[in-house]
Amino acid sequence: MAVHEVTFPVTDEREIRKLRAGDEVVAQGHIIGIRDRTQIRIFDQGVEPPMDLRGAFLLHTAPGVRKLEDGRYEKVCIGTTTSARMVRFTEPLGARYGVRAICGKGGFPDEAIEPMREHGMVYFAIVGGAAALETTQIEEIEEVAWEELMPECLWKFRVKDFGPLTVGIDSHGNSLYHDVQAAAEKKLEELYARL
Amino acid sequence: MTVDTVTDLQHTVEDAAAHLYVWALKDIPQDLRDALADAAGKETSVPGRRVLSTILRNVEVADDEKNLVCQDTGIAVYTCRVGEHFPLHPARIYEALRDGTARATIEHPLRSNAVHTITRENTGPNIGHRLPIVHWEFVPDWDGLDVKCIPKGSGSENMSFLKMCVPADGVKGIKQFVLESIVGAGGKPCPPGIVGVGIGGSADYALYLAKEAIARPIGTRNPDPVVAQLEDELFELLNETGIGPMGLGGDVTVLNCHVEHADTHMTLNPVAVNYQCWAARRATAHVAADGSVEFDREF
Repeated sequence: MAVHEVTFPVTDEREIRKLRAGDEVVAQGHIIGIRDRTQIRIFDQGVEPPMDLRGAFLLHTAPGVRKLEDGRYEKVCIGTTTSARMVRFTEPLGARYGVRAICGKGGFPDEAIEPMREHGMVYFAIVGGAAALETTQIEEIEEVAWEELMPECLWKFRVKDFGPLTVGIDSHGNSLYHDVQAAAEKKLEELYARL
Repeated sequence: MTVDTVTDLQHTVEDAAAHLYVWALKDIPQDLRDALADAAGKETSVPGRRVLSTILRNVEVADDEKNLVCQDTGIAVYTCRVGEHFPLHPARIYEALRDGTARATIEHPLRSNAVHTITRENTGPNIGHRLPIVHWEFVPDWDGLDVKCIPKGSGSENMSFLKMCVPADGVKGIKQFVLESIVGAGGKPCPPGIVGVGIGGSADYALYLAKEAIARPIGTRNPDPVVAQLEDELFELLNETGIGPMGLGGDVTVLNCHVEHADTHMTLNPVAVNYQCWAARRATAHVAADGSVEFDREF
């Protein structure tokens, strides 16, 4: 299992295609925070996002922040939420906006595998709950859009050594979640027989 | 006891609640730290080891930076053991817990998660209609109050399950349901955590007991030896599923399994599962009748 450093947004699809399920990744550059209500606004209410998502790394988050007097936001505690609730947005994020990576916790179900293969996207597994560490890897909150959705706004973070992340689903049709679940279901049959 | 003294006691409980909420979020208990270190020593899968070493690093960073371990400040759940002679009525204890939760949320500041369940509009600083949630136990011949704060994250709370097994399903049915629940939950509840199981009673009470189970110090055993044996067996079975840390595959799927039980109707066999994530946050205080407070007196 290889270890990679990838800077976002990516401009070359090969940067994503070289990643394989199980590999370790550390991200640099800029990442965009997004959550349920943000994506409901984009896709269900048809509002164009005021940030460029091409080549982007999206993080499933609703950060804890403090608003400063000049209107900027300072980080308090930034962590990651469960991804599975938002899986239905994978296809349009890749097809319409050219998003390259989606990062969250707990994984995506199998319906994400095909859009990720087709559009050259990956799912990064972060360690859920490890927010104290994650907060230190976010250098600055550079931009916030849709503040009225607080804390489910569109956030632009500058990061340094963001990770370690595990490639949970790669762009070649492989998913660790699928494999682990299939093996566990087989194991359950054996365990039930022993009860 | 004078009115002023009672008011002072209400303030004392409010201060304790405010302290407990923030403390629980920042400083996870020693028994949990030990269990996580132990898990890291046992895990053999590459992604699983990566997850556990990141968790241990995160706990250290939270200590060093005095930051929250996890950004999800949860819903505030309290367990109270109220002595018969404690001078503050539970109605006022509830007010104190609610006001303390709100104050901690505003002053720190903490992310406020509380919303109206239909409109989804925020209802206040982690308070609202029937929030926080309090479990009560009343103790005869005693004048103290024990309070435990359990900020409960939504990722793990969403992985809660109930099945009304039939008596003929027996203990085998209970085990099967717990196993299928945890395999189905996969990486979503932030494994490896504490699996709380409530059995018996009624449907609602089984779920209540499952929550009581996750709030116990890790690895403690039910005083009923038959139930304690079930805890040991489930713990072993769950770690054979291979779900692993954060659902990425591995040897350590759960840190432990706790079971609470109630006697039930001869035709009932309810089984409830409540999951507590690896950051199983928990902080306790004891308030004496004279208003003195001792923190971390575990119960």
